[in-house]
Amino acid sequence: MTKTEADRASPVTTRVSARSASAPASGSRGVLRRVNASAAGMFLLPNIVMIAVFTLLPLVFAFVISFQNLDSLGEWTWVGFGNYVKLVTDPVFWQSMTNTGIFTLFTVPVGMILGLGIAVLLNGVLPGRTLFRSIIFLPLVVSGVATGVLGAWMFDQSNGFINRILGSVGIGPTAWQSDGFWAMASIILVTLWQRVGFDMLIYLAGLQGVDPSVQEAATVDGATGWQRFRLVTFPLLGPSTFFLLIMNMIYSFQVFDTVWAMTRGGPGFSTTTVVSYAYRTSFDEHGPQLLGYGAAVGVAIYLITLAITAIQWRFSSSRDQTD
Amino acid sequence: MSLTSAFEVSAIETTKVSKVTEVTGPRRKSHGKFLGLRLAAAIIISLVMFFPLYWMITTAFSTRADLYAPGLHLWPEHFTLSNFIDPIVRFPVLKWFQNSLAIATLTTVITVICNLLAGYAFAKLKFRGKNPLFLVLLSTMMIPAQAIMVPQFKLSIALGLYGNIWSVILPESAVIFGVFLARQFFIAIPEELLEAARVDGAGHLRTFVSVVLPLCKPLLAVLTLLTFMGEWNAFGWPLVALSGDPALFTLPIGIVGDLQGQYTSNYGRIMAISLLMTLPVVILFIAFQKYFVEGLARSGIK
Repeated sequence: MTKTEADRASPVTTRVSARSASAPASGSRGVLRRVNASAAGMFLLPNIVMIAVFTLLPLVFAFVISFQNLDSLGEWTWVGFGNYVKLVTDPVFWQSMTNTGIFTLFTVPVGMILGLGIAVLLNGVLPGRTLFRSIIFLPLVVSGVATGVLGAWMFDQSNGFINRILGSVGIGPTAWQSDGFWAMASIILVTLWQRVGFDMLIYLAGLQGVDPSVQEAATVDGATGWQRFRLVTFPLLGPSTFFLLIMNMIYSFQVFDTVWAMTRGGPGFSTTTVVSYAYRTSFDEHGPQLLGYGAAVGVAIYLITLAITAIQWRFSSSRDQTD
Repeated sequence: MSLTSAFEVSAIETTKVSKVTEVTGPRRKSHGKFLGLRLAAAIIISLVMFFPLYWMITTAFSTRADLYAPGLHLWPEHFTLSNFIDPIVRFPVLKWFQNSLAIATLTTVITVICNLLAGYAFAKLKFRGKNPLFLVLLSTMMIPAQAIMVPQFKLSIALGLYGNIWSVILPESAVIFGVFLARQFFIAIPEELLEAARVDGAGHLRTFVSVVLPLCKPLLAVLTLLTFMGEWNAFGWPLVALSGDPALFTLPIGIVGDLQGQYTSNYGRIMAISLLMTLPVVILFIAFQKYFVEGLARSGIK
């Protein structure tokens, strides 16, 4: 569900759309309105049925199941807040939260800085610019699984390309797979490779909206290139930065396929992200496991996503006021 | 503003600027020096970015002996196809390919139809409770797929979907993203055009199919591409829904579920099948880059 994950979490766009939803002019007559209403029902029905059955209903049941002790055989009893008590006292859950935090802390800002740099580089006059853009964008269409297994192979401790090339310049083998710290570093690097094209794309679109005459004015006032960028261009890219921050935070918080294909959350639990942990508790290769507890982890993921979105709304509304 | 049109505009700007710099001598020189540096940076970055994909290709066509011998082998020294043939003979890889294709295609058809219809209703039809409904649909975008995988699993069993590909197709089609894209597109269609169709006696559905849709080929392309690629690459939910039966695996599930365990010390095989999985989306991307980039950019920028 790689694409849809990103799409579901696209609050910035959707806020814009929500605002203009009330725009279409009314002035309708009674008859027309009734005809319209039945037509609207027909047009809306398929999508609404799908969402109600396969998204909203499961969401309600996620809360219900999180209060149950539901096992792989379908046996269940009510356990009240038992799963949540277990959750907050579960060291592996907290380790997975910490891992996800570290992963987010490094992938989001570093990716955005790199993406911005590349966007600025490829926004100016440059032969072959379109080709460069395409190449940098390409990893984004490669699936998380392909990226993950490719990463596992390139970072293979004894035969992978990375250790071979490091070895050829005299750096001893790095324990990308057996050492938790280096394993985390490797998934961060692979994710940066995969995601930087998205940051570049959004910043490129943002740069197109920067009025060149503002830049010229700054130049006339004696601003150097760096000053122009820091004091004029970057502040004007605020909306892009903000959008990327939220999108990337949600993406990194919910990362699963790349990491799972690359490390299976190991060694130990050192690269187990919170979503990998939810999967690991609820299911594994052999089928369903602790479904009740897994549902509680899922509810926790949902609530944290809501919190990130709420913070975004708060900040963006205060920003709108200052504009 | 769409990104592609932004690209086009910038291309025009570019030619203008280069004409200007040709005229002014000294400025051109400093600009040129800078240009060389920037070009070098762009080439290095592109090489670094492309290298992992090159490595996937190289590995896929190299013999195991070369891959696991010491030292760097930067291209296939002994070209081989055995990395493709061996897993295809030993695992139902072609069946996985077929499943991936079937699931991605059917999901795309259902999603695109549902999203187009709903997007049209929100853009062009008047009905009570439009805005609250829109907000409810919006809020479902914030529900992470992983938060509801346990109840979705129970649901797919209860509905009798578990054990066939519809257990993936139906939940994956329950998305809302395309509604917004479609709605934005439909809003731009002039009301007079729809009025004219209605005066001619066409109903809403008829108007939609024969007047609106033909105007929306770019929208159709963007939606179809993004949905298809997303589903071709989908992993999380298919992993849960299909794990019970290897005959139902898609390529990503087969690679993670079977090949990775089987070929832990023979990565040529895994890279070959990964290449097989990656190639269709890369071809789609190259062929329809314009739509793809535009769709992603539009999902972010108003």
